[in-house]
Amino acid sequence: MALLDVKDLSIHFGGVKAVQNVSFSIDAGIVYAVIGPNGAGKTTLFNLITGVYKPTSGEIRLDGESIGGKSPNELATRGVARTFQNLQICMNMSAIENVMVGAHLRLDRNLIKAALRLPSLKRRDAEMREEAAELMRFVGLEQFIEARADCMPYGALKRLEIARALAMKPRLIFLDEPAAGLNPKETIEVDHLVRKVADSGVTVVLVEHDMKMVMNLSDRILVLDYGKKLAEGTGAEVRQNPDVIAAYLGAHA
Amino acid sequence: MKKSVFYGLYILIAILIVLPFFIPNAFYMDLVIRMAINAVIVLGLNLLIGFAGQISLGHAGFLGIGAYASAVLPTHFGWHPLLAMGAGAAVTGLLAALVARPIFKLKGHYLAMATLGLGIIINITIRNEGTWTGGPDGMPVPSLGLFGFDLTSDKHWYWVVALLLSISVWASLNLIDSPFGRALRALHGSEVASQVVGVDIVRYKVAIFVLSAVFASLMGSVTAHYVGFVTPNLADFFHSIELVTMVVIGGMASVYGSIVGAVLLTALPQALATFEGWETVAFGAILMLCMIFMPKGLVPTLAAKFGKGEQ
Repeated sequence: MALLDVKDLSIHFGGVKAVQNVSFSIDAGIVYAVIGPNGAGKTTLFNLITGVYKPTSGEIRLDGESIGGKSPNELATRGVARTFQNLQICMNMSAIENVMVGAHLRLDRNLIKAALRLPSLKRRDAEMREEAAELMRFVGLEQFIEARADCMPYGALKRLEIARALAMKPRLIFLDEPAAGLNPKETIEVDHLVRKVADSGVTVVLVEHDMKMVMNLSDRILVLDYGKKLAEGTGAEVRQNPDVIAAYLGAHA
Repeated sequence: MKKSVFYGLYILIAILIVLPFFIPNAFYMDLVIRMAINAVIVLGLNLLIGFAGQISLGHAGFLGIGAYASAVLPTHFGWHPLLAMGAGAAVTGLLAALVARPIFKLKGHYLAMATLGLGIIINITIRNEGTWTGGPDGMPVPSLGLFGFDLTSDKHWYWVVALLLSISVWASLNLIDSPFGRALRALHGSEVASQVVGVDIVRYKVAIFVLSAVFASLMGSVTAHYVGFVTPNLADFFHSIELVTMVVIGGMASVYGSIVGAVLLTALPQALATFEGWETVAFGAILMLCMIFMPKGLVPTLAAKFGKGEQ
């Protein structure tokens, strides 16, 4: 059975049909890419699956269990993590604290225990800080472990989001344009990072415009255009699909 | 958070221990006690405003509930003052939770409006229920007995309040640097990001709102017993605004800023008394200048200037 099963998913904002009857399924352990021209509905699709938007109709199943319309924090408990196209880093916190927030559900959140500074809680917190530092090294941010988030460059913040998502120990991670706004060298580094994440056993769903990266990384690709599914398949299949060529090059097929 | 943030607490405790030996007379003693009481309230309010990024324009209302619980319940019903204080805190907590739950599901300025309204309703209720509360004239409060020992002298009050302040600072520092506190700060930084990592943001907002309301209620009770008299002014809109101003001037999301804000704004009206009738104008001008030149508040601005990580 597929890890994620999406069936006839639609969302309408007034008259705008941002996503229309999109169906696909993602097997565990693969890298799955969603591509399409700007405004094709890729981020909206991510927002639907991660609970930020409620679908107008359709079904989303994770491990066979329906998750459509569940809130993001409920989905987090089911091992769904994500990063954002427009950065969502908490600038009022340090870099490592941002990563530690990612482990929210794995820690004891009791208010009273926290206020009383119970040793058990502090010990767990110290362990988590060490783990967060380890994650920052994993994504290549070792020089920012002590940094404040608002002092970090854009490329580093992109990776900080990935570290935060990984701190959840997710089964499924949605990366929304991890290479957007990065220079070619940084893009290659993110490419390697996504590969490392996938190799660690996390299923990766990727929205990305960098075609070289997409073709290089993905096991399967979903192509969206005007909110509709245009094609789905391996990189080679998608590349030869006439509809995809038309959408990207503007030819009238 | 580094260990160094606790140095501030040690310094504070040291100051609180030596301070009584330098207070020349009863007037200054009274001022210092009121500063400390305000500091505790502002600390609670700063957890809500500065750390969690939510607003309350009705905190004086919660303070009023605590104060009047301590006045009305022992006077009319013969309750033990500590029991009355607990009842006031419990009622405040329930009321805050009841109001916050639906409000926090909405976004934007609804909370400001709702808390503003709530504060005003509490104040009007206190004013109108004259049989119980003495109406606009207020009512006397029985003294607080602790373990068979009546708290009456300012010296005793000073130590009680100093202890409360130290504990509050310690607990706040602990809270901020915990999974709970990080979740609060995260939802301030990015609601969607904190939701996606599993933070139930409505629950957290309600929790911190209730906590800060209970803080205010307890300190309302303390104020009532300390002053020995309560009036509805304690719960009015201007007092709510004054508390918010203390948070903003001292520094949002700064524990020590809360204390500095409370100390300054409690002392300032006294210091400006020489302006005779113009003190409100001078007060306003100082606030405006602070906001123009130090929009982040005193403590964070100074901390940034001297290159220290401030919490």
